[in-house]
Amino acid sequence: MDTEIALRVDGADHRLTVDTRTTLLDALRERLGNTSPKKGCDHGQCGACTILLDGRRANSCLALAVAHDGADIVTAAGLAADGQLHPMQRSFIEHDAFQCGYCTPGQIVSAVAMVEEAATGWPSAVTYRHPDGTDGTDTGPVDLAANPDEIRERMSGNLCRCAAYANMIPAIQEVARS
Amino acid sequence: MSTIAARVMGQALDRVEGADKVRGLAPYAFEHPVPEPAYLSAVRSTVAAGQITGIDCSRASAQSGVLAVLTYLNAPRVGTDDGELRILQSDQVAFRGQFVAAVIAETSEIARHAAGLVRVDYRPRPHDVELADAHGPDQLRVPQQIWPLFPIETDKGDVDAGLASAAIQLDETYRTPWYHHNPLEPHTTIACWTTEGVTLYVSTQYPAGVQHTVAEAFRLEPAQVRVRSPHVGGGFGAKLPRHSDVILAVMAAQLVAGRPVRFALTRHQMFSQTGYRSPTIQRVRLGADTDGRLVAVAHESVEQTSRLREFAEHATRATPTMYATPHLRTRQRLAALDLPSPTIMRAPGESTGLFALESALDELAIACGVDPVELRVRNEPAEHPLDGLPFSSRGLVGCLREGARRFGWQPRDATPRARRDNGWLVGTGMAASTYPAMQLPGTKVTIRATPDGRHIVSLAAVDIGTGTRTALAQVAADALRVDLDRVELRLGDTAYPPAAQEGGSAGISSWGATICAGADELRRRLSTEYGDTVPADGLEVTVDMPENQYLGRYVMHSFGAQFAEVRVHEETGEIRVPRQLGVYAVGRVVNPKTARSQLIGGMTMGLSMALHEASVLDPRYGHVVNHDLASYHISSNADVGAVEAYWIEEDDPYVNPMGTKGIGEIGIVGAAAAIANAVHHATGVRVRELPITCDKLLP
Ligand code: FES
Ligand code: FES
Repeated sequence: MDTEIALRVDGADHRLTVDTRTTLLDALRERLGNTSPKKGCDHGQCGACTILLDGRRANSCLALAVAHDGADIVTAAGLAADGQLHPMQRSFIEHDAFQCGYCTPGQIVSAVAMVEEAATGWPSAVTYRHPDGTDGTDTGPVDLAANPDEIRERMSGNLCRCAAYANMIPAIQEVARS
Repeated sequence: MSTIAARVMGQALDRVEGADKVRGLAPYAFEHPVPEPAYLSAVRSTVAAGQITGIDCSRASAQSGVLAVLTYLNAPRVGTDDGELRILQSDQVAFRGQFVAAVIAETSEIARHAAGLVRVDYRPRPHDVELADAHGPDQLRVPQQIWPLFPIETDKGDVDAGLASAAIQLDETYRTPWYHHNPLEPHTTIACWTTEGVTLYVSTQYPAGVQHTVAEAFRLEPAQVRVRSPHVGGGFGAKLPRHSDVILAVMAAQLVAGRPVRFALTRHQMFSQTGYRSPTIQRVRLGADTDGRLVAVAHESVEQTSRLREFAEHATRATPTMYATPHLRTRQRLAALDLPSPTIMRAPGESTGLFALESALDELAIACGVDPVELRVRNEPAEHPLDGLPFSSRGLVGCLREGARRFGWQPRDATPRARRDNGWLVGTGMAASTYPAMQLPGTKVTIRATPDGRHIVSLAAVDIGTGTRTALAQVAADALRVDLDRVELRLGDTAYPPAAQEGGSAGISSWGATICAGADELRRRLSTEYGDTVPADGLEVTVDMPENQYLGRYVMHSFGAQFAEVRVHEETGEIRVPRQLGVYAVGRVVNPKTARSQLIGGMTMGLSMALHEASVLDPRYGHVVNHDLASYHISSNADVGAVEAYWIEEDDPYVNPMGTKGIGEIGIVGAAAAIANAVHHATGVRVRELPITCDKLLP
């Protein structure tokens, strides 16, 4: 069954017809030709398809397009507004935080959203491990630059088989610091 | 030979395609815009061995949007003897998960749904899928096809007598499980069949290999097959041999000629279609005198292959290179099972074999009361232990010393289970590593000099994430003695001269040596024919990779030393690796930035191999149960601590004109053993079967 939906992708409005079985990821890649988000597993297990969906990071392979009529989507391509790379993108290049690059757009979108989440004070499993025994719900902004384990934990939804993890940490710390 | 002067080589340059990759704009195979693509979805066998007794495609064909259904009844006959590639050729099933049908449709959703509607009936045969059950000469054979560089089996001296007379004797069996490569980009093909031939976008480590395989299978001239692979999302060996997915895509494209067919394997399908690392069962026997000097080394490995295509992991292949010993023996056996074919996976042989050998060395160090670093130094050979040839360079001792210094190896109390920190048992371990420095045949390069000073260097090499685009351009700049911005490197397309595969850590060495020869030839012609001035219409030379005159006179290997710190929770057995440190002797490093990434990537994959990964076989059905990234766990960010990679300066004038020895694989070699040895130091538990999981550490 086909349905018409509207999507705003990287600032541009689109009307498109999708199969009701079409995921947001396939709508982007196969219908709109936006292949910035990647398909690594199609099962929500690798993070390669991460996009900002109405401002929050999401696995686009796990979302049906019809359920997101009218959504505002930002991909890694859209983070580079006016051709200027996002600071996170520049930092990934500088720290060589990728090799094959297939996980990279997802990593970068995830990192950008994650820095925001930490600044807003969202706790992670690591935040809760407070030596003084407090439950960590009231920690306020999390200092990622000083807590690489927070970054490791919060970025673990994005797999990198090339294993550039050890370079992603300083790449993200640098952005978090500024 | 002397190495060429480095002006651009040695610079830590950013990846040239970085800005494209961070935005997701560098196109991988699936992503090439093609007009009106059709989509292919495959149906796989549900029995491990047997015969197809009926296929009902009627429901699938009736779906609106289905263009065709492929089965053995209508598939073209392929012109290849490779059993793995001979899909849809008969009613026989050789392993569970083998392609038995496929649907071509207007959209991916329709193709996938219709593939689920194809009904296949089988008459199963009893199957044989368990390596541990394979016994006796009927089932265990000596492999036939091993890389010619390495002897299948080796003998020196009298191992039995040496072992029997040794003051210290060790006889242990080590096991490694199935591993799957799982590059993050699934194996993907776009195939377009026209009257002129076939154009393919393929995720491959070897475009020229795909070109020849497809030409042979479909009875075309190689010139009629064009393969384009500008960007590849990881390979680790899985994308080196040709697999049946490419054949299936071309079959489909032929059936709907004129329409491009897109075919991406699902993650599930990758566990049966793209090869894997065979499990190994390895027996290591060591004999040594009381101060740890080896008198005998015997290493045997039993591995599996399929009935369709032989591949031997060859876990014993590094053993003869490692340590001085008067008596040495290696043996290899293979069981052919009703399973998919294993294949090359990052450092095949070395990574599994040195897990066993370097764990055994650690056990020997403890038995002799000698420090593990010192034990290896003591057994350093002056020449190759097997054939007595000199090494072109051998930096193992340098790596051991530098690694021990950087890691802070000493002071170290060797007593196991002696250090505790807040509920965690803490230990350190180390291991040695090696990987052969190779040059693979089959590369040509064309260099075109233009009057405005540019040099266009083209060959069908690929960048699978290794940094080829950047590092090979650096090599070309130095070979041509020009600035980097005068070099235009073109690769990833068989429209360019053929190039050897990206494998064996030999990409830069094979392709770079050819570029150096091309630069020499260009200079020679410019000076003899053109008075050192590029003519108005440019000058183009094409050369083959030169033979290395030192092959057979020197043994060429990289070496390394791996160190790891491990923490094991006393109550839960949880294992953490806060620190890995490796020091390598890999010849000249072309680009320190991308090289370091490859080394830490290898070390992290070694961590993953040690602690996380194992493909679990269901013997009842012959398939891998944990066939996804949720249950086949590869290291995630939170699993990885500090990973440090360094190298020692090394000038090797014998390997190739750049002095490079390869860096893609050595990082994984020995990493698992270093962790296993650290786990023993922390806990007192010797785990001889990977992966090391907490259940193996709890009493
Ligand atoms: S493709 Fe969406 S999580 Fe892997
Ligand atoms: S860069 Fe290759 S998977 Fe992350």
